[in-house]
Parts: sequence; structure tokens; C-alpha cells
Amino acid sequence: MVKALVVTGFGINCEEEMAAAYRLLGAEATILHLNELFQERDSIHNYDILNFPGGFSFGDDIGSAKVLANKFKFKKMRSGKLFIDEITQFLNDGKYIIGVCNGFQALVKMGLLPNIGGTYEQEVTLTNNASGKFEDRWVHCSITPENPTPFLNDPEIKGMDLPVRHGEGKLIIRDEEIRNMILEKKLNVMTYTDKNGEPTAEYPANPNGSELNCAGLCDVSGQVFGLMPHPEAYLSLYNHPDWAGKKRANPDISEDGEGLAVFKNIIKKIGNK
Amino acid sequence: MNTYTIQLMLKNNIPDVTGKALEQDAKRYFNINTGKVRASKVFTILSDRPVKEIFDFAEQTLKDAILHDIYMDKLYMEKTFEKHLYMAKLPGVTDDEGVSAQKTYADYFNIHLESGEQFIFTGEYYYIEKSLSDDDLQTLGNDLLGNPLINHIEYGKLKSKIDYVPTVLIKSDIRIDKIEIDLGDDELIELSKNMLLSLDLKEMQTIKDHFLSAETKAIRKELGMSEIPTDCELEVLGQTWSEHCKHKEFNALINYKDLDTGEEKKIDSLFKTYIYNSTKVIHERFKKGGNDWILKVFNDNAGVVKIDDDSVFIWKVETHNSPSALDPYGGALTGIVGVNRDPMGTGVGGGKCLFNTNVLCFGSPYYNGELLEGQLHPRRIMSGVIKGIEDGGNKSGIPTINGSIVFDDRFRGKPLVYCGTAAVMPMYYNGKPSWEKPIDAGDRIVMAGGRIGKDGIHGATFSSLEIDEHSPRSAVQIGSPITQKNMSDFMEKAAKMGLLKSSTDNGAGGLSSSIGELAEIPGGAVVELDKAPLKYHGLQPWEIFISESQERMSFVVEPDKKSVLFAMAKDFEVELTDIGYFTNSGYLDIRYKDERAAYLDLDFLHNAVPKKYMDAEWKAPKLEEPGIVDADHNDILLKLMGSLNICSKDPVIRVFDHEVKGKTIVKPLMGEDGNAPQDAGIIRIDHKDYTGVAVSNGILPRYGDIDAYEMSAGSFDEAIRQIIAVGGQLPNPNKADGIFWTLNDNFCVPDSLYHEEKNPDGKYKLAQLVRMNEALYDMATYFNIPLTSGKDSMKNDFKKGNVKISVPPTILYSMVAKIDDVRKTLTSDFKEAGDVIYQVGKTYNELGGSECYALFDVLGANVPKVRKEDAKRIYDKMAKANKQELIASAHDMSDGGLAVALAESAFGGKKGCSIDISKTEIGALAELFSESHSRFVVTVSPDKANKFEALFQDDCNRLGKVNDEDEMHVIIDGKDVIQTKVRDLHEAWSNGLRK
Repeated sequence: MVKALVVTGFGINCEEEMAAAYRLLGAEATILHLNELFQERDSIHNYDILNFPGGFSFGDDIGSAKVLANKFKFKKMRSGKLFIDEITQFLNDGKYIIGVCNGFQALVKMGLLPNIGGTYEQEVTLTNNASGKFEDRWVHCSITPENPTPFLNDPEIKGMDLPVRHGEGKLIIRDEEIRNMILEKKLNVMTYTDKNGEPTAEYPANPNGSELNCAGLCDVSGQVFGLMPHPEAYLSLYNHPDWAGKKRANPDISEDGEGLAVFKNIIKKIGNK
Repeated sequence: MNTYTIQLMLKNNIPDVTGKALEQDAKRYFNINTGKVRASKVFTILSDRPVKEIFDFAEQTLKDAILHDIYMDKLYMEKTFEKHLYMAKLPGVTDDEGVSAQKTYADYFNIHLESGEQFIFTGEYYYIEKSLSDDDLQTLGNDLLGNPLINHIEYGKLKSKIDYVPTVLIKSDIRIDKIEIDLGDDELIELSKNMLLSLDLKEMQTIKDHFLSAETKAIRKELGMSEIPTDCELEVLGQTWSEHCKHKEFNALINYKDLDTGEEKKIDSLFKTYIYNSTKVIHERFKKGGNDWILKVFNDNAGVVKIDDDSVFIWKVETHNSPSALDPYGGALTGIVGVNRDPMGTGVGGGKCLFNTNVLCFGSPYYNGELLEGQLHPRRIMSGVIKGIEDGGNKSGIPTINGSIVFDDRFRGKPLVYCGTAAVMPMYYNGKPSWEKPIDAGDRIVMAGGRIGKDGIHGATFSSLEIDEHSPRSAVQIGSPITQKNMSDFMEKAAKMGLLKSSTDNGAGGLSSSIGELAEIPGGAVVELDKAPLKYHGLQPWEIFISESQERMSFVVEPDKKSVLFAMAKDFEVELTDIGYFTNSGYLDIRYKDERAAYLDLDFLHNAVPKKYMDAEWKAPKLEEPGIVDADHNDILLKLMGSLNICSKDPVIRVFDHEVKGKTIVKPLMGEDGNAPQDAGIIRIDHKDYTGVAVSNGILPRYGDIDAYEMSAGSFDEAIRQIIAVGGQLPNPNKADGIFWTLNDNFCVPDSLYHEEKNPDGKYKLAQLVRMNEALYDMATYFNIPLTSGKDSMKNDFKKGNVKISVPPTILYSMVAKIDDVRKTLTSDFKEAGDVIYQVGKTYNELGGSECYALFDVLGANVPKVRKEDAKRIYDKMAKANKQELIASAHDMSDGGLAVALAESAFGGKKGCSIDISKTEIGALAELFSESHSRFVVTVSPDKANKFEALFQDDCNRLGKVNDEDEMHVIIDGKDVIQTKVRDLHEAWSNGLRK
């Protein structure tokens, strides 16, 4: 059985729905306080996929997920190891990491995404929305065809509706070189679009003014995937703001939410190994 | 110790949204042209480490490599800027970002922080292009960016360095004072005033008599205590006997006279007569009918009802009005995180918060009248309150699924900030009932969460003259949602492991209130105040005991569970302190080192407060209908759509996370474009199945100007019909269906205690309160909806000199009903062209107090009345129709009546409608805009229309059809009364709050 580890603590708050995604699909999900990992009572190596859920770790102080990313980079675990080295080992073992919203911000700020240079040097950041405020609204996202991440590796799915709930989701890329590499390697795997599926820079369809209208990134290997919208918040049809309209238009519509596909894909990938 | 400053400056190519916001807001609200503004963050660090280490720390942890350049111990300079504005915190004010920086400091240097003292402080330094005057800079600092009650504000020419460090220094001897109480009446009053006890003469005399009694003297002598009370004892009595804690006015003996009928009656306690008794009657009916889901009412932090055999539902709604008037952000933030702790601290504790709901009452943000000294502009109150709720709710990971905003300029002095939180708790922990609160002598008292400072001591009455620049501020508090989130995660796990025996919240009144109340259960407690963890040195024992420092809970812990609990707390980074134990001595025994700070008879403390006597006189106001002729209905509708009480609250709703946890089914805004406003919120309990709850809020203060009874009854009906609109069904004592309904009542009224000069209309105001209670009783017992918790806030007046701004008497009914299957619920938006539109329920000529009349600045006389029998029949039919899946959309009619409900349903579904009301007995104006209760706009697919009509009979009226046109067309009596583009209605509605 596929084993997912969902970390929590310090203000992370989407662990419940993240775990629910795996459980609904028949996988095993364990929710663990990060300090239990730092105390080495359990290890990420006992799992197939590591989940960094959304939330407000440390209240977004100093910059969203900054304090959390610092912890991963600098705080020594019980035996003196660094968490970031554990992650390197985890990825070398061919395993997978997903970060949503605050989790995505943490992955970016600890240099795991997009990590084109392979040295965990920060290459992009996520900062204040162009609107200057936190917003909860649903957006349309397209999925980049032939992208490298197994989380989105389903040619049937061209896009999905998802909610965004953040104040700091605007992607800023360090320089032209990184930008070109992201495009070349198709690492910008998810894009904000208008209703017709066309990428857009226009608010509110693009809720934060991200460069490349980018909603989600993966690393070069495709093993690490991060996104601002919340796939774990659309596990059921009834999460969608227009569920009643959709049901009226199609009484036989599936009760699964579109976000479930992300987890289905990765469970399938791990199961096939 | 070295003092370092680190400034984070955004690189030139990074958009500066904070600077931009200041430019725009300065222009918009104060007409101040700042020119370009750049914002930067400053960290002030007190550390023994050498400069190189601190620089590396800042470079690697504080700076975002993509965004920032850093400047150490000097500020960035740029000649194009003339002035600066520096905003920091006053000493002792919560600086959460500083605390987070300390945590990252500890992680970076791999050290463990023991002390609670703050050594990293944050501030914002703004560069301003134009050479603004000191007055303008002060305005921006005091009235836009901060608040002199919590912020240190500097401004002027550019600075090269920040010198300000908000360390707390208190010079005081720690001691327990004895207070002479054998005094004459005038001196007793003087004493109460000087110590800010807020006790009246009768109460002071009762205390005096107690201490002078031979019995008390003998006991104190034996213990070696002084005969006269200590400062701590008087403070504890003042706090315990406060209106806030003892609800003296809600328990008063009231003499009520109806001057219209000559009827006179005595009411011994509003609480017992109406609130307690109605719930008792209802509970008996459910018990008798075998549908007993009420587990606990009135005697804990929140009421408890049964969801199923595995879990219970707990919730509480309360207000935080006065603090929000002083510091809107901090007031609302502590309001929301404060009410979270009520369900968390009910029974054993450890319930997991399910949702928040907020109802806010403000003056118009466009108010342009005068402001009294110390009074904040309604717009500022509104934006601060909303930001507080945003941070409090979002950072705690609790979805805000429903709410309401009411505008009335009488709320401009004191806003009403109602915050509510629901939680779900396992029904049993290790086989023991979770909702019970067992405590035995010998159990330990463990304080958890934040440390104690001077926060909230005597609240707002603390005079600013008595404090210097290093005094911690006590009047206002800023909450720390993250501290509390860590604690709630911890409590949930600790309770499940059986490590908590009971818990409670340390809210208003601090330890004095929480331990004082818990001690009643076993019959005594010993508290060792010197063990309590402090934020800084220098607190007097009585201050430690009554401080309201936030994010604290008290746990009852069996001695053998202590070590496991304390070890687990380390993992969650929650600070626990053992501060004493429970006894059965009959006394609250408070110690500081070897001395007794208080030794109070619990029976005296809790039961000796003297009864209050109050007078109420009712006389119906003389009012008449205005007789509006030749009204332009299109124009009225367009104006209504853009009016404050009806327009879209989208800009507010979207800053609250309403779907974290992934369980929200009906959100405040639904439909394809998220434009369809909904009536009640619905959330699932768990991802496992489709059981859920609906939550609604009924509040109609303006009707109270005509009749407070009908206002209260109407608000009650509004809360019910919102839940019916989304597919709820009424509770039924005679059917074991487990469908629970639970109600929180929240009274917010102006001072209703008659005084010849200070409150000449006090008797009328009290009569209004009595009538509100009568309606509460009548409605609750008729519909069998029990009050499981509630609150009253009695003095909602803002006073300065001779001027008093009083809120209108207001009651909020917050309701929750269990929903068996959330997939079978309803939304308000029109679904498909061709669907038949019905009005369910009857419209009367009831424009009194309506939004329509408000446009003409008239009140009217015909206030909407609740016809309970009709309402119940209609609600039962609605539930039946929904069960048979006959309904495509349903929207309750409230503010603005039929016309507004039609417009909202139309643009919510991106549709149009054509309506023909062939015959009217009340005229077009009333048909369209009357706010009669218990009505809905319902649409039905044409193939189900016959069945629907057969079920509803005379309770429905076929109005017309949904279409795909961009038009709302209404014909009444053969005349076109409304013919307008839906797009225009939508635009007016969307822009009401964006002017």
C-alpha cells in the first residue's frame, strides 16, 4: 500500500484534507508533527510520498513559510543530521514530495523548487499578491502538456478548477536564465487561465499576478511538485461553488472533485513501480 | 548585550505593495499626497553574539534572496525621499513576528530558548517622497497605519539609525497590600472607584460586612492573616462580581409596566424566566419524545449537543465590542481567538474547531459627520475589525463559513463584533463522557499557552497618564493565533490520550475567573502565583491572578499523568506550568511564596452578590406610514442593490478563508462566477460521510425602533428560514430522527439602568429588552429550538462629555441545525431557463423599518410580524419538497424583499426572469419591497411544477419563469413596474462597498 506522510505543526492547517485525499483513494496517510521527525521518533524514509500541506506556518511572519524553510535548512535533528539532507536522500531514493500553498512556499524558499542548479539555492520566490491582500476564490488552471511531473501525468486532464487561499502567491523568478530554463523544461506545470482555458495575467482569473501566470512548479526530475491552488480542497464535487449547477446540468456527474486527480496520479505512479 | 538593527529593503525591481497601499490610502482617506512611498521591515535584535554572526543570521534567514537587500545597524538612504515614518510596538504589546524571528534564531544557532522575554522586535520604516508636515505624518501613523494605544510612532526627516527598543522595565516592589474596609458609605464608593472595582455601594457594603463578621475574623486570625482584605481579595471580588461575569442585570428583579395597557408585572431574572426556562421546557419535550440530543446547557464554556454516537457538537457566539472600539484589529482578533477557546475548553476539552461565524455591526464607512475625541472613524473600525478576523480565523485554520454585516450609524461609537466558533469533540475519551467536567481534590492545576503580562488588567479604564514609555500597555491586547494553534493541536492529542481530566479557558478575568469557577466543582483550590510564568518581571500577585493575557488555558490533571503530559507539550512547543491543586476546603486559597494573597469563602465569592432592582416602562412609539406615491420602482431597486445593507460583501467575504479543511458545502458566495449570495452556510463534519450542519444568523436591529418584540421575533425567524432555505428541516420532539437545532442568543443593548440625568430613557430601553426576551421565549418554545449558550453585553454606549452614542437594542440569534446529507441541500441561484419561479409565503403591507423606507429616510409603522403557525407550516412543506427533490433553487426574502431576492437569484445564476403578479391587494411598492417574514423565492423545474403546487397549495404563488435574457421584468396589476438589465443590478450590487 502506498504510504503518505503528511507533516503538521507550527500553524500548518490543511493536514486533515491532505490525509483525506490519500485515504479516500485507499492509500495510507500518517499525520505527524514535525517535531516528531526532528526528534527522530519516525523517519520520512518510512514513507513513499512527503506532503507539505497549506496553512500559516509561524503566522507567515518574516515572509510566508520562511521560518519553516529556515528550520528545514538549519535546525539539527536529534542525531545532528539536517532535515534538508534527509530530503536529498529521500529524493535520491526516487520518492516524491508535494507542497501546497504554504507547503509550496516552503519548498521554494528552501531551494527545492525549481532547483535547476541542483544546489538548493533559491531561484524563485512567492510573495505578496499584486492585489496586496489575502483572497479565497476559485480559479481555472491549465496543465502544461507533456510536463515532467507524475502528479499531473494524465493526458486526459487538461485543466482543473481549484480554490486559491493565499496572500503571498505571486511567483517572482530570479533572472532570465532561470525563467528560460523553467519554460524549456516545462517546469511551470500549472497555469492560471480564463474560462476558455487561455493563460491570463488578468485579475482575478490570475489571482496574484504571478510571472508566467504560473500556479504550480515542479523540479527537473518531476519528483517535487508545488502549487498555490489547493487540490486537497476539491476532493468532492460538493466543494465546488457551482456544484448545484453542475449537478442540475448533468445529474449523473461523478461525485469526485477534480483535485483528487493529483493524488490519484501519484498513487498510481508509486503503485506501478 | 548588543543592540543590532537589520533592515530588509525590497530590491528595486520588486513591486512594493505595502508602500503602494500607503500611497493610495493616504490619498483616498486623508487627501494626503505622499508621492512615492517605499516600505521596509526593521528587526531590532538584543544579543550577546558578535556582529558577524548576527549578520550571517540575517543574511541567511531573514532575507529572501530574490526580494531583499539588507542593511545592518544603519538605514538605507535615498535622496529622493524627504521624510520617514517608523511604526513599532509599545513595550509589552504582542509582537508575534518578533517571536517568530526568535524561533528562527534558535533554529539557526541550534540553541534552546528558555525565557519568555522578548529580544527581537519588529517595526516598519517607510520612506516618503514628499516633504509632508508633522501633522500629516502623525495622521498617517495614528489614523491609518497604527494606533497610539499599541504603536510607537516616529516621523520626520530621514534617519540613519533606529534607536527605539521596546523592552519592558517595571520598577516596583512585589508586595501584598492590605486595604481598610471598615469605612463609611462615601469612602466605600471612593475605594471602589480608586481601585477600578466597578462595584456599587450595596456590593461594597456586602463585602465590608463579610470581612467584619466574627466568623470571617476568626478564620483569618487562625491563618495569621490580616482582618482587613488584601488587594488581591478585593480585585478577585471586583472581577467575579462584575457585570461581565455575574450578569447582574440579566438576573435583576425587574418591575415592568406597560403604560399602554396598564399591565404591570415583576420579572425575577430575565435569564431564568425566558432563556433558562424556555430551554428547560424544550428539553423536557425532547426527552419525553425520545429524541434527546441535548447533553449540556448553560453550565460550561459552551453548550453541547449530540451529533451521533461517536461525536458531540459544541459552539459559542459572543461579542468583543468595547475592545474593538478602542483597537479594532486587536479587539476583533482577540474576539475570534478568544471564542475559539470556549468550545476548546468545554468539558474535558480538546474539541477540534469546525467553523467560525462572524456578525459585524458598523457605522457607515462613508460617514462624514463629526467624530468625538477618541472615537475612530467607522471605516477604520471596519477595516481593522475585518483584518483582525482575517488573521484570527485564517491563521488558526478555521473556515469562516457564514456571517453578516449590518450598517447603522448608531454603531459608529461602539461597533458590535460577534464572533462564533463551533467544535466537534469525540463523545467519549477512553469510555468517559467528554462533555463532563470532573474535578477532585488533589488534581493539579496546569496553566498552558502564553505567558502572563499586564494585558487586559482593568481593561480600558487604565489611564494613559499613569504610564511612561517603558510601561507595558494593558488597555488593549493583540492575540497570537499561532500560539493558540499550537495549543489547540496539543490539546486535541492530549485529550485523546486521556491526559486531560478537564479544561477551561482563561479569558476575561484570567486565572481569577477560570480557577475561581473550576474550584466550585471540588470545592476549593490552592494557587501558587509565584510559579506562574511571566512575560516580564514586576507583576504584583493580584495582577498575575486577574491578567487577561491571551492564548491561555487551564487544565485539570491527575498527578500521575503530569509527566507524560509535560513531555508531550515539549513536542508541540506548548509551555505548561503547574500552578497549584484543587481542594475541598471550601476556600479559594491564593498564595505568593510564603504569603497568602487571598483566602476567600467560595460560597461568598459566588453566591453573595446582592440582587439588582430595575424599572422598565413600555409605551409604544407613535408612528405612521409615510404614504409614498409615484415611486420609481426601477430606481428604488437599483438604489437598494447598492445600499450598504444589501450590496455585495464580496470584498470582505473573500479575505476570510471559508473552505480550509475542505468540508464547506454551501459557502457565502456560490454559483458559476461566485456571485450568488447564500442564506445559511453548510459544512460537513468529516470527510468520511455526508453528515453536516447548517449555520445561520438572524439580526434586524432597525425593526426595534418600531417594536422590540417584533424585532426579536423577526430575527429569530430570519435565522430559521435561512436554514430552511438551504434545505434544513425543523426539529421534531416526537420523532427520534436525531436532527438537532442549537441556538446562541446574544443581546447587545445600550445602558438600560434608569438614571434621572445620565439615562432618562433607561426604563424604556429596559422595556425593550424585556420585550426582546418575551419574543425569544415565544419563538424558542414554539419551534422547539433550545438556547444552548448565549451572552449579554449591557453597556454599548460611547460617551464623551455630555454626548452619548448608543447602539440600538440588538439581538443576534445564531443557529445551527444538523443536516443528514449535505448533498441534498439547496443554493439560491437560478439554475436553468424555463424553471418556474414561485413565491412561498405571503407578503403583507409591512414596509415599516424596511430598507426601502430607509432610502426615503422614513421609518413607517407597519413592522413585519412573525405569524408562527404559517411559518411552521411553510417550513415543513419546504423540507418535504426538498426531500422529494422538487426544488431547483431557494432564497430567503429579507432586506429589500421580493425584488432584491429575485435580482440576487438571477445574477447568481447568470439568468434573467419575467414575473407577472396579476392582482395585488397591497400595491406594487409593498409587493416588491415589503420585508414580511417566512418567505422564499423558489424555482422548480417545469416537470415538477404540478407536484410542487399540489404540496404547497395556497402557500405558494406562481410568479413567472427564469430565462436566459439579461433582463428582470416584473408586471404587477398589468403594469410594468420593473424592467431593468440584470447586469446593471449586479453592477450596483457589486460596487456598494467599493465607493
